[in-house]
Amino acid sequence: MMKQLSQRLFGPLTLTAMGVNLVLGLWIVPPDKVQGELARLVYIHPSVAWVALYVSFGTAAISSALYLWKRTRSVVMDRVAHCAMEVSVVFIALTLITGSIWGRPAWGVWWVWDARLTSSAILGVLALGYLALRRANDDPQLRARRSAVFGVLIAINVPIIHFSVQWWKTLHQGATVFTSNRTLLIHGIQAWTLLISFIAFTMLFFWILRYRYRLEVLRENIAGASLEEALSARRREGAQS
Amino acid sequence: MIRTALLVCAKDLRIEMRSRVLLWQVLPFGVMALLLCGIALGPARAGNSSAGPGLFYLVTLLVALLMINRSQSVEKTPGTKASVATLGLDPAGVFLGKSLALASELWVTGVILLAGSVLVLHTSLHGAILALPSVIVTLAALAVAGTLYGALTSGGDGATLLPVLALPAFAPLLIAGERSFSAALHHGGIWRWWLILSVALVVYSAIGILLYGVLEES
Repeated sequence: MMKQLSQRLFGPLTLTAMGVNLVLGLWIVPPDKVQGELARLVYIHPSVAWVALYVSFGTAAISSALYLWKRTRSVVMDRVAHCAMEVSVVFIALTLITGSIWGRPAWGVWWVWDARLTSSAILGVLALGYLALRRANDDPQLRARRSAVFGVLIAINVPIIHFSVQWWKTLHQGATVFTSNRTLLIHGIQAWTLLISFIAFTMLFFWILRYRYRLEVLRENIAGASLEEALSARRREGAQS
Repeated sequence: MIRTALLVCAKDLRIEMRSRVLLWQVLPFGVMALLLCGIALGPARAGNSSAGPGLFYLVTLLVALLMINRSQSVEKTPGTKASVATLGLDPAGVFLGKSLALASELWVTGVILLAGSVLVLHTSLHGAILALPSVIVTLAALAVAGTLYGALTSGGDGATLLPVLALPAFAPLLIAGERSFSAALHHGGIWRWWLILSVALVVYSAIGILLYGVLEES
């Protein structure tokens, strides 16, 4: 009962959080002293990147690792990893697009060979590679095993992206929230709106993931039913002849 | 595990010695790719050695892809997988053996391509000798990661899938390798990059030892 209620409420809650983030970010929070209206992207780009790099990749990597561990190996883990990786491709694309929109007026170009940008783009290609790997294997168990290993392997890139702004001289700004000396570089209503944007986009990710998971289960059921139907048809043909 | 690794390595190298695919197919491709890089840059820029380290690693990466495919295709001959399973060989040992064999082949190719880049791209000989330890570590890391990616993509569309999966993953190794080579040419801090490459080698080896068995499960 409680579970059903929370599942039903999760969608409207996500939409409300996104709406609050939109209203606060676009209208209520004043423009930035240096960047003006352009700074409003701070309520979209970092939270989209947070979901792309940490939440979705983290979900995919943990599910993959749990699949590889024999005690927790189940088709559920494989499905979660697959669905999370698919959603992460969308969020990585959004991260690069919103970053470019910010970069054009701020740096004068849509793209620079910056460590953070390049490593994020590489992660996007790796996520696409994960989906290609799944399509290349027909045997469900082999596919799940290989995808799980690859899911763990590509997670190595996430810390490289995170620390890229410290390891290399980059145009991309350093950490604002997760700073090395643990001091916030954003305050007041801007900080609160940023926090709401992080929560809203995280909720959006899990909402999409839930629907994508259900879709995957339905797709598998249809594929299973089609196979059963084809087998029955063959059996009928055999009986008639 | 070490015994299995040495056995598998010897087996792969013996197959290579007999088939001579490395000598007659892979090396000519590498030399041709190096020449094409020079042609694409033009005489003025190809003679300017600053592009040398990057081009050397780019060509090595392309050659490595061919060699990884070759290393996996050796296992595809009928009955090989079944024989390995029947013998009860330790998967971690098989992984290390295949990586060691691939690394040995890459080291030979690397030295020849390094000599080629000194000749064709006018890379300083002194710098190339100084860069040799980092080249050895980079190629070993490539071999270890390559064996993992080769096992991931073996069978079916593996030949086309391997570059899609492996090249983005090899990019950090390419960057670190190129930086260490450039540092050697300019007498800079080579050890920092050498350390990063060693860490990559250890991480990929650990993952391979732990997970190769899962990939080979039937």
